[in-house]
Amino acid sequence: MLSKRARTRLVFLGISLLFASILTFFTLNALKSNIVYFLSPTDIYSQNDLNFNKKVRIGGLVKEGSILNQNTSIKFTITDLKNEIFVSYEGSIPNLFSEGKGVVVEGMLQDKKYFLADTIIAKHDEIYTPPVIKQIIKENKN
Amino acid sequence: MINKLFPNKILSLNNKFFIHLIFLMISVIIIGLVYALLISPPDIVQGNSVRIMYIHVPASFIGISCYTFMGSISILSLVFKIKVLPYIAKSIAPVGFVFALVSIISGSLWGKPTWGVWWAWDARLTSMLILNLLYIFYILSWKLIKQFEKANKVSSFIAVIGLLNIPIVKYSVDWWNTLHQTSSITLSSAPSIHYTMLIPLLIMFFGLIIYSLILILMKYKIEILKLKLKRNKDY
Repeated sequence: MLSKRARTRLVFLGISLLFASILTFFTLNALKSNIVYFLSPTDIYSQNDLNFNKKVRIGGLVKEGSILNQNTSIKFTITDLKNEIFVSYEGSIPNLFSEGKGVVVEGMLQDKKYFLADTIIAKHDEIYTPPVIKQIIKENKN
Repeated sequence: MINKLFPNKILSLNNKFFIHLIFLMISVIIIGLVYALLISPPDIVQGNSVRIMYIHVPASFIGISCYTFMGSISILSLVFKIKVLPYIAKSIAPVGFVFALVSIISGSLWGKPTWGVWWAWDARLTSMLILNLLYIFYILSWKLIKQFEKANKVSSFIAVIGLLNIPIVKYSVDWWNTLHQTSSITLSSAPSIHYTMLIPLLIMFFGLIIYSLILILMKYKIEILKLKLKRNKDY
């Protein structure tokens, strides 16, 4: 069905696509640590060669009941439900920042358990809920 | 429908056909917008910013789909050298580009009030930016290379290689930690989006897909008309 020339072109295109995908795969693999937007507390715990002078991002949930407001600064705990890291931050906070919600903090690790943040980014999950549902959950809880 | 894409048939899609489609599109989008902006509730966490999603999600979908079509058509065009294919791919490009751009801009407008930042170099956002750049390269190679055959080869090759970016855009949120949330609507599980928000989203999907189809068909018709005009001049 295919003419000979069409088949040659198909093979050529197939091979170039194959090479390009292998190249892309290796590039992405090599850049993995840069592509990952944030590390989880468990990632931090399991890393042995932590660089404390480099900026990092850590993401997870804000632990329930851990937020401590002190004048202009705020302290809270980030958890991935396995490990936790204490975060200290000074500055403005995004509206969506709250207990039990996702958060990404940017700054310097002081040690494996203590993080000094200079930016807080709220993370939103893929769940969209209208107020009605909140009402129902509230009623069911009572 | 498919046979309308043959160069002689596309010209039979007259104004009446387009007016019908435009009328359908405008009514669907008006219903969608009224539902999305007035009837649907705000989100308990995002508040009214959630309404940006009704544009953002369909725009991203169309931006990605257009590229997929463009790339696939370019493969066929490179292999089989069917004369109309480059014109179809060429007509899809600007439409896909505009929607991909809308996706980035609307996403940015949503990011500021929710995340607290306009932009983040996470895998989803970056791969979407690369998609925009690929569209620009593709369109530019048609504009800058004067010789048709050469322009066709270069642009098709860009489109084909760029196809590799499509799964990266789609699955970036599953493969890596990203700031961008994972998909709310998947084929494998129930949508994690309440039906009061899902309905306007689906209506907007429908309206914007019709819109992009209209634009692509119109652009394709113009390309074919231009071609005929040029041929007449040559003879």
